[in-house]
Amino acid sequence: MLDHFGYVVTVLLMVAGLFIVIARGNLIKKLIGLSIFQTSVYLLYIVPGKLIGGTAPILSPQFSVYSNPLPHVLILTAIVVGVATLALGLALAVRIREAYDSIEEDEILMRDQIANSNEGMNA
Amino acid sequence: MKHDLVLRVIGKLLIPYILLFALYVQFHGDFGPGGGFQAGVIFAAGIVFYALIFGLENARQVMPDRLVETMLSSGVLIYAGVGLAGLFLGGNYLDYFVLDPNPVHGQHRGIFWVEAGVAITVCGVMLKIFYMFASRGRSE
Amino acid sequence: MSIAAHLPALQVVLPLISAPLAVLLRRRDLAFWMVTAAAWAAFATAIQLWLQVGASGTISYHIGSWPPPWGIEYRVDRLSSFVLLLVSGMAAVMLPYARTSIEREIPEESHYLFYAMFGLCLAGLLGITITGDAFNIFVFLEISSLATYVLIALGRDRRALTAAYQYLIMGSIGATFIVIGIGFLYLTTGTLNLADMAGRLRGVESSRPVLAALAFLTVGISLKLALFPLHQWLPNAYTYAPSPVTAFLAATATKVSVYVLIRFYFSVFGESLVYEHLPLPQIMLGLSLLAMFGASFIAIFQDNLKRLFAYSSVGQIGYISLGLSFDSVHGLTASIVHLFNHGIAKGAIFLLIGGIAVGIATPGAVAPAPTFDRLAGLAKRMPLTCFGIVLGGLSLIGVPGTAGFISKWYLILAALEQGQFWLVGAILLSSLLAVAYVWRFVEVAYFRAPPAGHVARKEAPLAMLIPAWLLIAATIWFGLDTSVTVDTALDAARQLMGKAQ
Repeated sequence: MLDHFGYVVTVLLMVAGLFIVIARGNLIKKLIGLSIFQTSVYLLYIVPGKLIGGTAPILSPQFSVYSNPLPHVLILTAIVVGVATLALGLALAVRIREAYDSIEEDEILMRDQIANSNEGMNA
Repeated sequence: MKHDLVLRVIGKLLIPYILLFALYVQFHGDFGPGGGFQAGVIFAAGIVFYALIFGLENARQVMPDRLVETMLSSGVLIYAGVGLAGLFLGGNYLDYFVLDPNPVHGQHRGIFWVEAGVAITVCGVMLKIFYMFASRGRSE
Repeated sequence: MSIAAHLPALQVVLPLISAPLAVLLRRRDLAFWMVTAAAWAAFATAIQLWLQVGASGTISYHIGSWPPPWGIEYRVDRLSSFVLLLVSGMAAVMLPYARTSIEREIPEESHYLFYAMFGLCLAGLLGITITGDAFNIFVFLEISSLATYVLIALGRDRRALTAAYQYLIMGSIGATFIVIGIGFLYLTTGTLNLADMAGRLRGVESSRPVLAALAFLTVGISLKLALFPLHQWLPNAYTYAPSPVTAFLAATATKVSVYVLIRFYFSVFGESLVYEHLPLPQIMLGLSLLAMFGASFIAIFQDNLKRLFAYSSVGQIGYISLGLSFDSVHGLTASIVHLFNHGIAKGAIFLLIGGIAVGIATPGAVAPAPTFDRLAGLAKRMPLTCFGIVLGGLSLIGVPGTAGFISKWYLILAALEQGQFWLVGAILLSSLLAVAYVWRFVEVAYFRAPPAGHVARKEAPLAMLIPAWLLIAATIWFGLDTSVTVDTALDAARQLMGKAQ
């Protein structure tokens, strides 16, 4: 269990995040869940990249064990993507709130249904 | 927060050093931890700090929206420009080796400009996001 | 420097540069010409690449001159050159259309944003197709997806916002699943280069992380390509997005996701792993049938024309995944041909529907939703538009002489090869459902009297009709002359299945 501590945390975060996305109706909470879910993937890459006792991969006569830098670089990219997604999601949530006066999924759906049935009656 | 004397004084003291630190992180990125991404965020954080203390309007005078949008796109163009420079000098796309007669210096030069582009874009994006959310619901 | 050697890089870089330039220039005309020029250049590049690959085989381009597997490799083979052709061609045709169309759909101050996002989306889709690096696929996927969310949110209806939000959540989950899958592969093989990965996977084929990677990738990509139970984001997104966006997405975005799935199944995992260790073909077959019947059946009962054809898209994707489930050269050929043919036909139909939305709008007002009660007797006023939709619809049904027939022909061929005669019946029966929903349009537009007191309607502007009819003509052309589509697809399928002549 302790050997795989990193993986256990990863899986817990992954499942928790996905659960929040599915189970919560609040648009902001969904985005928080999505962020947690994405963060778990950062861990999935970073954890195996670290070698205990390894140093930064800069050639030096004093060291012979190096950590792999590639996962960090990949995850830096993934973090940027995550930030962009979160920012866009929040911007959409703000505009949805302006258009619907609510950020609860069920209320928005209800208002859409009312709008749909009005559209049908006018026709 | 406009009338909070302590914040204003401390802010005025700190902001120049935050911006300077951003430049340090940017240029030291060649030799130690750092680089364009972090530098851009730190620089943007300095401006955001300013906006929080002195108000959004003042911050917008320092960094107008047009400037932010220009930064956002010109950074990407610098990055792509380095790539194209590699093409024109006879290498592949994003080839830094050919940027200088000495390939190692070429790598140095290439990553310098790429990081500059990254810093400018990241700073622009951060400020754009901040402006977007901060100004929402005030002007309309 | 010779340009010919650097085409793979330019293919992606030109649209990518056009987007920030469009933001920088800000003027909407300049932005339009910038992005359009880039799209046309990309189309020319794609044609050139397609010819090069046809003549001299797979092209490998090393970004930054770092040789693979260390550096990022751009790899153009028969399949990717074919998809590049579809994506860039669609963008080249649809941008001139978009210029006229968005004047009525998007506020003027956001026009430059529209073009910039279109450029980004195009660059992302081309990047996914051309890259030979697993993580690069994810990055480009997110570039195109983020641009897509913005494009959908530009729609006038407030429901466009919720549709974009819904797509953002589903799309991000899908993309994250894909990264998890790629992560597992990276952990097992230690490489991100697809070709290198394929070689290293041969030794560890059925180990659990590899199977987990396969599962994550399948679910993630299926979300992106809207395979039947994972299609929830698609109808709303297509219905409320601005019409050029709907057309472009329908023609390219889901098709590129299919490409990614094919790439991972056949180039990375290899068919033995995909088709023997997990019951994937059976699952694929079941879901495809559900899509073909379920989604087409739902389509029949839609009142909004855009939504009707959105559901039809989900159904048509069923045919594509059905081809994948066969694990035979003909099945794969059918998938590849159908993703091309369906892309063209659906793109054309959505372009024409955009024309209808403009035609039934009162001048100066926001275009109303193209619901059936507004379309009665439309054929008299907009004969070219309606006839175009009917022709596109025939291709969806699969009538001989249209492109849709060719793909279904190969599907049936693949089914017969495996002796699954009942499948032939299923394909024909599901085509009847397509007849039903296309007929609904025909009946309303041609045989119903226009409502009293209707607004004056005239044909859509030429700038919108010409691109749409170009695609309709292409649908007919590829239905009669199959030398381009089928030959390339057969070659690509043989290459993928390792059965090159």
